[in-house]
Amino acid sequence: MTERIAPVITAEHLTFAYPGKSQHVLDIPHLQINAAERVFIKGASGSGKSTLLSLLAGVLVPTSGVINILGQPLNQMRSRQRDHFRADHIGFIFQMFNLIPYLSVIDNVILPCHFSKQRQSKACTQHSVHQEAQRLLRHLGLDDDQLHHRRVTELSIGQQQRVAAARALIGAPEIIIADEPTSSLDADARASFLQLLFAECAAAQSTLLFVSHDASLESLFPRSLALHDLNQAGTH
Amino acid sequence: MAMLRLAMHSLWNRRVTAFLTVLTIAVSVCLLLGVEKIRNDARANFANTIAGTDLIVGARSGSIQLLLYSVFRIGNATNNVSWESYQHFANHRSVAWTIPLSLGDSHRGYRVLGTDHNYFQHYKFANERPLSFAQGQAFDDIFEAVLGAEVAKALNYSLGQEIIINHGLGKVGITQHKDKPFVVSGILAPTGTPVDQTIHVSLQGIEAIHIGWQNGMPMRNLKITADQVRQLELQPKTITAFMVGLDSKLATFRVQRDVNDYRAEPLLAVLPGVALQELWGLMSIAERALLIIAVFVVISGLIGMLTMLLASLNERRREMAILRSVGARPIHIFSLLVSEAGLLTILGAGLGVALLYSLLLIAQPLLESQVGLYIDITMLSSYDLQLIGFIIGAGFIIGLIPALRAYRQSLADGMTIRI
Ligand SMILES: Nc1ncnc2c1ncn2[C@@H]1O[C@H](COP(=O)(O)OP(=O)(O)OP(=O)(O)O)[C@@H](O)[C@H]1O
Ligand SMILES: [Mg+2]
Repeated sequence: MTERIAPVITAEHLTFAYPGKSQHVLDIPHLQINAAERVFIKGASGSGKSTLLSLLAGVLVPTSGVINILGQPLNQMRSRQRDHFRADHIGFIFQMFNLIPYLSVIDNVILPCHFSKQRQSKACTQHSVHQEAQRLLRHLGLDDDQLHHRRVTELSIGQQQRVAAARALIGAPEIIIADEPTSSLDADARASFLQLLFAECAAAQSTLLFVSHDASLESLFPRSLALHDLNQAGTH
Repeated sequence: MAMLRLAMHSLWNRRVTAFLTVLTIAVSVCLLLGVEKIRNDARANFANTIAGTDLIVGARSGSIQLLLYSVFRIGNATNNVSWESYQHFANHRSVAWTIPLSLGDSHRGYRVLGTDHNYFQHYKFANERPLSFAQGQAFDDIFEAVLGAEVAKALNYSLGQEIIINHGLGKVGITQHKDKPFVVSGILAPTGTPVDQTIHVSLQGIEAIHIGWQNGMPMRNLKITADQVRQLELQPKTITAFMVGLDSKLATFRVQRDVNDYRAEPLLAVLPGVALQELWGLMSIAERALLIIAVFVVISGLIGMLTMLLASLNERRREMAILRSVGARPIHIFSLLVSEAGLLTILGAGLGVALLYSLLLIAQPLLESQVGLYIDITMLSSYDLQLIGFIIGAGFIIGLIPALRAYRQSLADGMTIRI
């Protein structure tokens, strides 16, 4: 391998079946994703996209095979180590209801810094964690500072998703995993959300894994993976 | 620390249910501490009623009955002690002093006690504290009376006040000894014992008011004025009971045996300490029942909290999953719920203590005037603190139940959000 860019995620001979189920949901011979890549992952509903993300994040453990994240063998770690590793290196955005309802916008954004020293120290290289959170929120189009101290339940869904994005991005984790973050947004909001997300990922040099049903977004990504090409489970 | 802050925010978000839970715990803590306080103060009050007396002697009956009527002025003696018997033991070689007690009359619901000066000299309460006069002095004349502190306060009497004593114990006796009023010569300082509710007169005074009476009714054709009474020899023929102080405590059991074996009259001598214990033993059933009820109320308060936390878990699965996704480990989820339970109990205990002191401030004068129970408002004792610590500990332990559930839930759910 003479690649200049180091792989961030590699998976070899990865299989997974939910506990108590004999049928494999996933069987992926090989997968590699490089640093700062933006990858679109598509697939039919129930095809195992969320399952794959959970495996890559160390929430689920593969039945067999190897997963390396940032050069570390995730499948050999103990659950505590995986939890630490995830907190330090991965930011998440879900479909909707991403936020803790009883915390303010700002408190939601800085939440990952409570659980990861690494992200905490990365977030406050130039200024305080609070200021970093505000900077991210502004960059993501939430530039009304009064909004930052509101309860998250008073925000629109689109605004909530931007808060969730800011939270995933704070402390510049190496990997951002987004599981259908735009499916509750309308087309305009979707496009602008993606642009902001791309800009921030680029600024932080983060790798973005983006799952969606929405094929229209595919063209915005440099790389696209179709799960049914990747996954051999159920093909024989 | 982060989880504690989260727990506070989370509880604030559910502040209505959280407040109700805190209130339930507060009421139960207040009840438990209150019951404990009253238990201890009642016991202390009780043990303080009499001190320094070695024996109490009365007609043969039960030792508790004797204690009740002679010391607590509750109930009546079935029989009296003859003056001869009293004199016999007053002159016993081991006896240092005696206090005669003659009961049976009242003034506006307060018992009248006939006695002599030995009462003011030898009667002791609490830690061997003697009686002292707030105003005036002991009775000197047949028609003088000394009031207990509470009598004076409740009836608003001062020195020189004329009072009329009822024959018998009714509050508004028909048969008042109107012809022979008594004058208040002294008022005692408060003692926190039944002495406060007693009117003291001389034995001769008791005799005097009964002259010209027969079978509890005034004799129609015999009228004797107070001045004429003073000319008479007023030697009482009987008294109700007497208290004995000995030269040496070593003689206690011997003198007790002498009294109990006295041939001329069936008498009973009891050791006040022993009789008090016996009496307290009877009361402790009620007292313990009260404590058990209070403990159960605390338990139900904590179960209420458990219910509230468990009920909230399902609707909080999403919140847990979000926390997991931002890096919270299952142990964090666990400590979040334990913190919530701990916070609720700590707040409950704090509010309970505040409630207790407010109630004590309100109840103190009422209890003192209505029941004669003096409640001292003091700092929480180390025992109280232990109880509170125990309740808070129990709160944390109960918090383990929802915490464990949430822990398992979050392990199983991971970050998949299910509603
Ligand atoms: N906890 C679970 N236990 C058992 N089976 C599960 C579990 N979660 C998902 N599955 C099954 O695994 C398969 C893949 O599910 P997954 O959620 O990964 O699909 P997906 O591609 O994300 O679908 P969607 O686009 O609807 O979100 C499905 O058949 C689903 O039924
Ligand atoms: Mg999915």
